Amino acid sequence: MAIFLNEKSKVIVQGMTGSEGMKHTRRMLASGTDIVGGVNPRKAGSTVDVDGTDVAVFGSVADAMAKTGADVSVLFVPPAFTKDAIIEAVDAGIGLCVVITEGVPVHDSTAAWAYNLDKGAQLNGGDRQLPPRTRIIGPNCPGLISPGKSNAGIIPANITGSGPIGLVSKSGTLTYQMMFELRDLGFSSAVGIGGDPVIGTTHIDCLQAFQDDPDTEAIVMIGEIGGDAEERAAAYIAEHITKPVVGYVAGFTAPEGKTMGHAGAIVSGSSGTAQAKKEALEAAGVRVGKTPSETARLMRELLSS
Amino acid sequence: MDLFEYQAKQLFAAHGVPVGLGETADTPEQARAAAERIGGVVVVKAQVKVGGRGKAGGVKLAKTPAEAEEAARAILGMDIKGHTVHRVLVDPGAQIENEYYFSFLLDRSNRTFLAMASAEGGMEIEELAVERPEALARVPIDAIAGVDKAKATEILTQANFPAEVIDSTADTVVKLWETFVAQDATLVEINPLARVASGEVLALDGKVSLDDNADFRQAGNADLEDTAAADPLEAKAKEKGLNYVKLDGEVGIIGNGAGLVMSTLDVVAYAGESHGGVKPANFLDIGGGASAEVMANGLEIILGDQAVRSVFVNVFGGITACDAVANGIVAALGMLGSSATKPLVVRLDGNNVEEGRRILTEAAHPLVTLADTMDDGAEKAAELANSAK
Repeated sequence: MAIFLNEKSKVIVQGMTGSEGMKHTRRMLASGTDIVGGVNPRKAGSTVDVDGTDVAVFGSVADAMAKTGADVSVLFVPPAFTKDAIIEAVDAGIGLCVVITEGVPVHDSTAAWAYNLDKGAQLNGGDRQLPPRTRIIGPNCPGLISPGKSNAGIIPANITGSGPIGLVSKSGTLTYQMMFELRDLGFSSAVGIGGDPVIGTTHIDCLQAFQDDPDTEAIVMIGEIGGDAEERAAAYIAEHITKPVVGYVAGFTAPEGKTMGHAGAIVSGSSGTAQAKKEALEAAGVRVGKTPSETARLMRELLSS
Repeated sequence: MDLFEYQAKQLFAAHGVPVGLGETADTPEQARAAAERIGGVVVVKAQVKVGGRGKAGGVKLAKTPAEAEEAARAILGMDIKGHTVHRVLVDPGAQIENEYYFSFLLDRSNRTFLAMASAEGGMEIEELAVERPEALARVPIDAIAGVDKAKATEILTQANFPAEVIDSTADTVVKLWETFVAQDATLVEINPLARVASGEVLALDGKVSLDDNADFRQAGNADLEDTAAADPLEAKAKEKGLNYVKLDGEVGIIGNGAGLVMSTLDVVAYAGESHGGVKPANFLDIGGGASAEVMANGLEIILGDQAVRSVFVNVFGGITACDAVANGIVAALGMLGSSATKPLVVRLDGNNVEEGRRILTEAAHPLVTLADTMDDGAEKAAELANSAK
């Protein structure tokens, strides 16, 4: 098992024929992902040779799903077109939509999210509290990998293999760093949820999925400054998560009022600080490392005890 | 990007939100001339992107042009919470009868927009939210449905606005929502929204934050930027398309990926605790493609910081190949020549790491030291910065 993505996942790529799309389609294929098609209305009906594998290009997500049974879409479209691409995927009713694109205006992400909630509510008798139509991951994220099974996004597949740890992180490179630190143990799934202020899948969604996944024994949760997602996750852990969780928070040295790379990574006044997040997690019984290496050590201790 | 009050009010005015629109002045003489043109009582207000300027003496009433000049002389150059005042806004004086509060903002936690409104304006909204939360209406706004007059009326009614101002204020609220959407704002705030003697309800102050991710479709954003206040190194980095934030330490940092760079700053700060308290000098994320040019630009910015005594390059090659980074470093040092004088500690891991390390070992540049891990690299860089003190 794994979360959200497994060996049965059939993946299409929106924006496959662009340079980023091609580069990562190649990498995903090489890591064993079942890529069943690409989407580009202007190149519909053509086939692209990706390192010896013929990948069909469809005119729409709906068409690709109908002809291939695809249930996962990975998006590499430019920021100006991302909202429409997400809405297309939601309209087609795809199960999982992984939005890699960086730099999406937050009005677009918020509108796409509202659209997804509306579509979910239409299926659920008008209840917007029930799960939305599509699980969206990102935007501005590296995607997710279930090592040895499938890889949807840009996480390098050669860092480590499958194992008992579940990982959820806002940051791409910290995901890679942590997978590298714990490469001898391996991961059930690693999910990069993205560093934007509005994202489709939260720490909490992943924590619950790892809790329910029989192959996950322990969870690493990586957060960073900005917003209150980590504090909310801490409250959720105290209430609902029985598997051991180790945490790490980046950005203790970040000054107030400066955006640290990610659009969402900003300390405003006393809110969003790394210290507050660390304290909230520790109060929920999460052991929090000061550095990535210490966090990895805490996970090792936990798994060997 | 946060805007100055005068910029916020210009945007409001452009979208039909009624404002008390004055003139800006950069010198006391300009303030006097503005007061003469406006006529009557004026308010001279410091233009700074920080709250609490009133308490700091940054807002003064002036009954005559001479008083306006004097007020501007006192305010210009003033330091308000670390922000120097370079410009004042000379606004027409208003006879305020009632003060209200209204804002639209992004509600990250709930992944939606939020209207906040109160019939008790004028005070700091953070204070009001804590002291009298029942007086502050919070109404979620659906990003697709938006705000029409009916929704605006609902918000104002919920916030206990007096019945006689609701109808005209609802029109203003709809225009404020249009401003929020059209400008890709994450915050539009009016505090106070004031009923003046004429019965009109006006925005007497304004705060706006814009989403930098929308710059590609907001051509006007570039003109709103406060280039004067930007740190010169940050301005130079921005010109070169680098994601750089100046900090006040001694160890220059270059890394890839926002999360890893933030983490690198922390690890360097911890290492610094046992090396004379040295700290990270900057945040610099070179992102995915660490070409020689990007590396050279990054190094040039960092070495241009007089406070920097050592540099830590921390790269985890996910998509980026370490050999490309290593070649980038070697080529960058070649380009910079004798202007590169600070020691460089380099930690590489991930994609093609052996080749990357081999390239750096063979180049054997006298300034470059290789580190095996992120912790080792931080330790070495902190030690070098401290010994160069």
